[in-house]
Amino acid sequence: MIETITSFFLQLADDYPRWNFIFFYDSFQWWRLVGGLKMTILLSIACVLLSVVIGIVGAWLQGSPKRWVRLLVQGYIQFFRNTPPFVQLLFFYFALGQITPTITGPDGWTEVPLISNVGWAIISLSFFAGSFNVEIFRAGIEAVPESTREAADSLGFSRFQSYVELVMPLAFRVSLPALNNNLVNLIKTTTQAIGIAVPELLYECVGIWNDYPSALYPTMTVLFVVFIILVGILVAGMHKWEKSMQIPGYGAS
Amino acid sequence: MKKKSIALTTLIALTFGFVGTAIAECTNDVWNKVMSRGKVVIGVKADYKPWGFRDSDGSLVGMEIDMAMDVGATLGVEVELVPVQSSNRMQFLEQGKTDMFIATMSDRDDRRKIVGIPQPNYYTSGTNIMSPKALAFKEWEELRGRSVCGKQGAFYNKIVTERYGVNIVAFTGNAEAKQALRDKKCVAWVYDDSSIGSDLASGDYDEFEMPLMSEDDNPWGLAVPLAENDCILGRFMSGMVFNWHQSGQLIEWEKKWGIKPTAFLADYHENYKDWLSN
Repeated sequence: MIETITSFFLQLADDYPRWNFIFFYDSFQWWRLVGGLKMTILLSIACVLLSVVIGIVGAWLQGSPKRWVRLLVQGYIQFFRNTPPFVQLLFFYFALGQITPTITGPDGWTEVPLISNVGWAIISLSFFAGSFNVEIFRAGIEAVPESTREAADSLGFSRFQSYVELVMPLAFRVSLPALNNNLVNLIKTTTQAIGIAVPELLYECVGIWNDYPSALYPTMTVLFVVFIILVGILVAGMHKWEKSMQIPGYGAS
Repeated sequence: MKKKSIALTTLIALTFGFVGTAIAECTNDVWNKVMSRGKVVIGVKADYKPWGFRDSDGSLVGMEIDMAMDVGATLGVEVELVPVQSSNRMQFLEQGKTDMFIATMSDRDDRRKIVGIPQPNYYTSGTNIMSPKALAFKEWEELRGRSVCGKQGAFYNKIVTERYGVNIVAFTGNAEAKQALRDKKCVAWVYDDSSIGSDLASGDYDEFEMPLMSEDDNPWGLAVPLAENDCILGRFMSGMVFNWHQSGQLIEWEKKWGIKPTAFLADYHENYKDWLSN
């Protein structure tokens, strides 16, 4: 089976010099591509989870009775929403990376940072998407009727209890379509991690088409296909989730 | 556009009553475009001192920019410089974003399948590393398994990975890669020896050195669209480079930009010497 595939793509590269699917017959390039794919999936999952957590916590803090907490959240949102994610990424890695603790390597010169470039990519991209998520959840929270919240108050729920058990479950349903949009964007934004040399899919693809200029079109095709599939999986999952959480009579059905 | 030019070629061929294959293949689209709009768009480096870099006032300067300007002057057209990266210079040319590029490109067999590289070559460089004096590297072998900063798009990334098992951490630009080296995120920066040499000479890298023997010496070539390599544009650029070699202009520029004199340029100058001049 594998034999037929490799020989097919070898023949294809021979017949059409611009369509050299090198990674389908050269095992080194294949594992490069797979490594990149794994890193992209890791970045996507980590950033999606972390950014949603940031969104939920941020939206809760936004309703805090303390003014300075609200100001802090507002400041965070303004900073991360109003600056380009690529600039944030470079800033985190090169500027903040210098003041974070490092461990001196065995050669006495190299400094291994506690937070690697992958770590910084996850942090920076999560905070970027998280700032949008806070606003998305706020929109959901504001859609929960005031009377429902007052009912919880009068039943003796604390602010935290009513947020976790009442407001958030209702708000989440309203927020899902907008959240879906933002997470789709987040997955696509992971490619910017190439800027700090995170070996994700785009990084490996650029590497492959630089080493083999004849593989440019095939590698780009693979990039598009992989992202369509990755985003497709996310969208399908979110859609299913939306369906399963639907309450008859509440919101559009 | 294409249809029109095919029709035009056919017309010309019919007018002159013959269809020579070599002539029919030359549409000279880019050459004609350059001539009709009075401007040639040339891709150059913006982060490769002293070949193509930004002056303190932001303008592009360097040896390859001088070459580009000379091309424009010879053609009698305006020059528009477009900064390119190693990883996009060939694509820019293919897409027609540039008409040609002079961008520190090593002349490689697989690259000649994508772009036209008119001969002769105009420079050569080998692969070396810039590493801290503190680490005192002596052999390429010592880099096995270590993290070495590199640049996306350099052909030797693959070679040193395969030959010495080096773990290349490739950045999109030179500035980022060298910053990562200064931040001690890698033990060395693998690049062209000519560029590392001029970085070291600049005095900004006092605690670094270029300790290894250069490998894979590879001539550089400028590039024109593949379809025009054997047509007017390619032939013209061949003539430009030949003339720079013969007149000693390349050696002069080398001196002007503080590049270490290379035997490569001296040899070409000698070989192409006009037998009637003294």
